[in-house]
Amino acid sequence: MSRMDTTYTVLSEGLEKRFGGVHALRGLDLAVARGTVCGVLGPNGAGKTTAVRVLTTLSAPDGGSARVAGHDIVREAAAVRLAIGVAGQYASVDGELTGRENLRLFAKLLRLRGAAGRARADELLERFGLTEAADRAARTYSGGMRRRLDLASSLLTRPQVLFLDEPTTGLDPGSRGQIWTAVRELADEGTTVLLTTQYLEEADRLADDIVLIDHGRAAHRGTPAELKSLIGSYAEAVLPEDATQPVFLTAAGVLDRLTGAEPVIDREHRTVGAMATGGTLTLPRIVRELDAAGVPVMDASLRPPTLDEVFLRLTGGAGATATAAGTSGPARPVSRTAGEERAA
Amino acid sequence: MSTVAYDSTAVLGRHLRRIRHSPGVVVLTQTMPITMLLFFGFVFGSALATPGQEYRAFLVPGLLAATAAGGIMTGMFQSSQDVQRGVTDRFRTMPMSRIAVPLGQTAADLLTTAIGMVPLVLVGLAVGWRIDGGVPGALGAFGLLLLFRFATNWVGAYLGLLIRNEEIAGQLGSVTFVLPLLSNAYIPTDGLPGWLRVVAEWNPISAVAAAVRDLCGNASPSADAAWPLANPVSSALLWGLVILAVFVPLTVRAYTRSGE
Repeated sequence: MSRMDTTYTVLSEGLEKRFGGVHALRGLDLAVARGTVCGVLGPNGAGKTTAVRVLTTLSAPDGGSARVAGHDIVREAAAVRLAIGVAGQYASVDGELTGRENLRLFAKLLRLRGAAGRARADELLERFGLTEAADRAARTYSGGMRRRLDLASSLLTRPQVLFLDEPTTGLDPGSRGQIWTAVRELADEGTTVLLTTQYLEEADRLADDIVLIDHGRAAHRGTPAELKSLIGSYAEAVLPEDATQPVFLTAAGVLDRLTGAEPVIDREHRTVGAMATGGTLTLPRIVRELDAAGVPVMDASLRPPTLDEVFLRLTGGAGATATAAGTSGPARPVSRTAGEERAA
Repeated sequence: MSTVAYDSTAVLGRHLRRIRHSPGVVVLTQTMPITMLLFFGFVFGSALATPGQEYRAFLVPGLLAATAAGGIMTGMFQSSQDVQRGVTDRFRTMPMSRIAVPLGQTAADLLTTAIGMVPLVLVGLAVGWRIDGGVPGALGAFGLLLLFRFATNWVGAYLGLLIRNEEIAGQLGSVTFVLPLLSNAYIPTDGLPGWLRVVAEWNPISAVAAAVRDLCGNASPSADAAWPLANPVSSALLWGLVILAVFVPLTVRAYTRSGE
């Protein structure tokens, strides 16, 4: 086994996957270090689910290669299946069976026989707060309970790598928090986790490293902090209630000059903001320049961007839901790559 | 125990457990042919030139064959439901034999059908059907029916893996009720117009129904009919084996490549 294999539990190079005319993966490179949580982030249709399906042997790649837990996903698919746990966006448990029966069935298939399988099932039911509901048909479970049962089903043999495809999509905040806690605990116990999500907050909370994928390839990667620093800080000024359109335009002109980025005016929240790159801009300077231009400033801030803002900038605006743009519409699409931006 | 046997037994256990949770579904499925026997046998039978009792004796093997053909419907529904609900994908990410999921599923169906046919046989005997072929004949007929059920269930399992949607599978399932109508299950094929008679005589359900009638001593094969009906036992056996030989590999392939 080469050094790369022991360092990276998931390692893919140039993965390609086509469905008819759709090129879902176009040379996806991923490297997930042992014992870390990798957040794969991207808009709908970016290729997140396809990536998970290929890496978990559900779908055969059309090109490129990947190793999971040291095994080739095509030639050693059976060995990969022994090493992984998979929990999907859709709870893949048998709704007609009870929670306990589901876990015992999967335990049996994973060769946890007899008392060992029963004990492990009970242990996981307890851990995921399903003991009381254990003998009810899974179809009567709430969305969150089903998702927890699905997660428990993928942990029976303590897999080396856990793949989670949008584990909290559609869940209420309480259930989402429970899944987050569980994933964090697993990571702390040393399980390598690859998680796809559309929720930037989820990646921010859970992931050690983030890979932004867009159009089937990795567009950017780094820690949440690194990704945020790629695009600088967000400068924002709040104007008084009676501020007129010319005043807003003057303020926008000042921010344009200071940041070099196109400002966003939000009349509803009375804000003018722009993304500041380079790291030399300071809050006093913003206030001073606005004041000098005759703009009355009620409040001003210079804060790190949210991952939503990072995402919007780095992927050219496709797919992110929450933006700082407000009523003025989405921010200007950015065609420059992050590398060029950093150099600029 | 080999991997195939172990995994298939576990999947079989899954399906038997499902039945234990909702036995009503199975009971309802078995009620259908009995209802048809009583309805066709007494309502339609009264309008036929042949005495009603004779028609009912003709009808019972036909309904048994139609029940066996119902494997298409149950197989299709179960497979597509598992695909749609993500259960198939969970199995596919596990270190399991690739034949175990469809094999466990069809084996469970075979067991429930074997038990489920008993009430129809009993009601059939009560309304005038007779088994005159002795124990070997009766066992042979039962064996052919189960072979055919097993075979059609694999066809259904295969189609379900392609359909991937339980609503569509349910709709198509009701279309399969037409298949026995295009056979000798409910009516003799002699009076059918030319081309329809050819379709009906080559319909595998006809061979199975005729084989049951032959083995149970209800009617002898008609020598002037098409080959399958002149040699019903051989053709019923052949149909079952050929369908299995084609659809078992197809199903395993579709299962392995599900979602591609």
